[in-house]
Amino acid sequence: MDYVQITTRQREEMLKAVGASGMDDLLKQVPDELRLDRPLDLPPGMDELTLRNHLSELAGQNKSAGQKTCFLGAGVYDHFIPTVVDHLAMKAEFLTAYTPYQAEASQGSLQAFFEFQTMVCQLTGMEVANASLYEGATALAEAALMALNVTGKREIIVSEGVHPQYRQVLRTYLSDLPAIYTEIPLKNGVVDTQELESELDADTAAIICQSPNFLGHLERVPTIAKFARANESLMIQCFNPLSLGLLKRPGEMDVDIAVAEGQPLGIPLQFGGPYLGLFACRQQYMRKMPGRLVGQTTDSEGRRAFCLTLQTREQHIRREKATSNVCTNQGLLALRASVFMAAMGPNGLRQAAQLCHNKAAYLASRLSDAGLSLRYPNQPYFNEILVRLRKPVNEILSAADRAGIIAGYPVGRDYPDLSDCLLIATTEKRTKAEIDALVRVLNPT
Amino acid sequence: MSAPTDRRYLQTHEWHKLQGDIVTIGITQFAADELTDITFIDLPKVGAKIQANQRFGEIESVKATSDLYSGVSGTVTQVNDALQNEPGLINRDPYESGWMIKIQITNPAELNNLLSVEDYLKKVGH
Amino acid sequence: MTHAPEKLLFELSTPGARAVDLPESDVPTAELDPALCLFTESGLPEIGQLQLVRHYTHLSHRNFSVDDNFYPLGSCTMKYNPKVNEWAAALDGFANLHPMQPDADTQGALALLYHLRIFLAEIAGLDEVSLQPCAGAHGEWTALKVIRAYFRDHGQPNRRIVLAPDTAHGTNPASCAMCGTNVVTIKSRPDGLTDLDDLRAHLSDEVAAVMVTNPNTVGRFDAHIADMADLIHDAGAFLYLDGANMNAILGITRPGDFGADIMHYNTHKTFSTPHGCGGPGAGPIAMRKQLAPYLPVPQVIKTGDTYSLDYNRPKSIGRVRSFHGQFNVLVRAYAYIAACGAAGLRNVSETAILCANYLAQRIKHAYALPFGPPDGQPMAVAPCAHEFITVPQAILDRGVTIMDIAKSLIDRGYHPPTVHFPIHDCLMIEPTETESKAVLDGFADTMLQLAEQSQRDTAPFKAAPVNQPVRRLDEVAAARKPILTWTPGDKA
Repeated sequence: MDYVQITTRQREEMLKAVGASGMDDLLKQVPDELRLDRPLDLPPGMDELTLRNHLSELAGQNKSAGQKTCFLGAGVYDHFIPTVVDHLAMKAEFLTAYTPYQAEASQGSLQAFFEFQTMVCQLTGMEVANASLYEGATALAEAALMALNVTGKREIIVSEGVHPQYRQVLRTYLSDLPAIYTEIPLKNGVVDTQELESELDADTAAIICQSPNFLGHLERVPTIAKFARANESLMIQCFNPLSLGLLKRPGEMDVDIAVAEGQPLGIPLQFGGPYLGLFACRQQYMRKMPGRLVGQTTDSEGRRAFCLTLQTREQHIRREKATSNVCTNQGLLALRASVFMAAMGPNGLRQAAQLCHNKAAYLASRLSDAGLSLRYPNQPYFNEILVRLRKPVNEILSAADRAGIIAGYPVGRDYPDLSDCLLIATTEKRTKAEIDALVRVLNPT
Repeated sequence: MSAPTDRRYLQTHEWHKLQGDIVTIGITQFAADELTDITFIDLPKVGAKIQANQRFGEIESVKATSDLYSGVSGTVTQVNDALQNEPGLINRDPYESGWMIKIQITNPAELNNLLSVEDYLKKVGH
Repeated sequence: MTHAPEKLLFELSTPGARAVDLPESDVPTAELDPALCLFTESGLPEIGQLQLVRHYTHLSHRNFSVDDNFYPLGSCTMKYNPKVNEWAAALDGFANLHPMQPDADTQGALALLYHLRIFLAEIAGLDEVSLQPCAGAHGEWTALKVIRAYFRDHGQPNRRIVLAPDTAHGTNPASCAMCGTNVVTIKSRPDGLTDLDDLRAHLSDEVAAVMVTNPNTVGRFDAHIADMADLIHDAGAFLYLDGANMNAILGITRPGDFGADIMHYNTHKTFSTPHGCGGPGAGPIAMRKQLAPYLPVPQVIKTGDTYSLDYNRPKSIGRVRSFHGQFNVLVRAYAYIAACGAAGLRNVSETAILCANYLAQRIKHAYALPFGPPDGQPMAVAPCAHEFITVPQAILDRGVTIMDIAKSLIDRGYHPPTVHFPIHDCLMIEPTETESKAVLDGFADTMLQLAEQSQRDTAPFKAAPVNQPVRRLDEVAAARKPILTWTPGDKA
């Protein structure tokens, strides 16, 4: 099925209309010697029934988080997604439209993105937000590039508490540029602030911290931001948007650029993508921001209307001097996050965040009852805890798997010193009974 | 098309008007018209050092963005702050109220390297 | 359906209202240190479920979409997005798979990615594919990083220049700047093709790559592409293909066969994944063997009957994003290619070319084709590829602008073509292969009516659009005093 509607007879009519004796006349623009002289080596096309059976079979070979009990987080989380999110964000008028180049024909998506920008600002306490970037790691990399651009300095200082994959992406982004990447180790599960302060110098463009960090702990963001300010460097925080139902916002902690993976806001796990990069900053950096921005204006009759604005920052006008090569936003996912935030509202978000935290605290206390301890018991956490196991982590993970539980993330992969630890995430979806079952697996008798 | 005869020009459309040892810089009507409605201008701060034929700022319209160049070296003594709130002044009155910066020059001879109004107009095809 | 103004979410907010409820906590409430907690309420809107549904339903009515209207936006390939692809993406086994689950849990997903990798290599005529990049521009940047890594590894770190024609997409130079290369623009000839002499003059041992779109951005297949490739290869550089226009050549010719060394795809253009108001896209890259060691991690591989993610690639440029690519976009692209098969994909491109030529033929007496056949000759004499450019000088000379034509089309139910790209004062029309002949004829009739209208009275063009939720916008005011968020007290 190729979804072509032109019939054989119409094809003949159209060929005749353009003065062609056959399709080959129109293909002559490709020299003979460059033409493929055989069919592509692909499986034969499928009718819809066959296709659906084939795809069902592939999907069926996966054991999804939906079929198990998921305590795996590590940057993306198995949250509840209200039914209205799918229903509204999948409307064909949104799904099958493109970037709002013609504002009069795109007021729906433009208004939705304006609302999205506003809600990201409300959520983060920051002054301006763009209409989204690809996902969390690239949003962080774009923040670092912006900091280099804003400050004219070269060094980016990064806490080892930042998601290991994000740090890898950051290194890739900075590698061909005149930039220096410096990593600061952790101490007791949070960034070593002494070490961090001693690394700062006149060439430091930005400090990057994640809070809650990859190990689940809350960083002392206000303290770190103070170092940044005193050194005329920018403070970049990578945050978890759902945690802001409960935790202090980046905007309340003197953060200059706040970025996040927006997946917790109504986006399915979908094996890693597509997700949503959130990007917010101070007003003064507005013209240095990457990505699309929607602005409010009026039409010729004075009515409120919305359009893409400050486009001279962007690649199609500024070309090699653009703030970024990003073309569009993650429209459909920004829409999902918008519907999610509006559906939850301030109370729903607070309740969800509180539930996530309650379950993590309950899990911690049950583990403690069982004689298992948190690796860093004094560090505050949101919804993810680092547990030191008594048996090899892989053994425990296998045992959990047999019980239908995805028990967590073995952090030893990224932090060799912590190879006896498991990172466990709880969301509002996890029940007391599920947590009790997990504790039994983690503490085999 | 015409342009004031009391100043000298760069091919990149900046005019330079000398009064004592101060040179005032702006852009020509031709450049402002080409850019269309100007929306934003980024200028150096008072005290900034400017090098001849180096970029000193940036100007934006909805459609385009363009670097601003100075034909002379010196120190910025005054910046037209009115442009921050009303960049449209550059479209309406580029030679007077739409001026951009004033520079105390260090090498008056540099002015001799700039174009006369006739040569400028010839260069832009008028 | 109504065009009445739709209030902002914040203006609809009613304290105490909510659209969803959550379960009571079945465990004790845990208190965090208040110093770590919020000072103030977020200010997020409070809205009931029906009100929320109506809000987004109203917004959806204020949008043009492919499902509703013909959308001949040149260079963007706004083809039909098959519904079965959405069905597939929503399957539990795909939608609810955590990216950090062990490979044993994800064999079906990995198999799909692996086979898509093979499909895309075959369609490109190249050896290896990375599915990691998030979008076309991201793919472009990733590919340039791969090229830079190759030259560093081969003792030629000084190859920092990338040549791109003046008609290139703006992303090309922007991507180059992001990996520390300098872009030098090469001229196009009056017929829109690359000027080989200018190319030759610019090639040197400092050139890393030449970025080319073929068929190019004026809608023509560059028959000299193989000669260009020879020149580029003789100079020791790589030919990078911007795959924006792959919809014109599927199964007809392959980038690898005409000399390209590395390229990106835009799955939302060529493989029918939905554009979603601007995203998500996916920008897989394909390349020759010698560049493969540098592609980003992880790479999906097959060992025996088992699929896995390979991170052990010492020469890799590293990671370019988190996890494993835009998976659920790639599911849709896979479903599309699997549905079409080899014969279907070839028919897609042939039909896309036929539709573009047919539409051009129908309107070209009123809409001049600067890169088309001579006056009075049919399209078949010098056919366009899957899209074409018109500069309707006669209409412009009557005082009607390109934007006036675009806005008038909106009033007649059509999304306008791309405007002012890749040259000033042009319309770039790409009908795609999925429209019916009746739609193409209806659009051609409308275009001709507009041309005729311009001879009688141009006033209606200036007023357009009149049948939309809003008339023309003050974009200058939006840029001069940017309002990027709602503040309490703003009124519609």
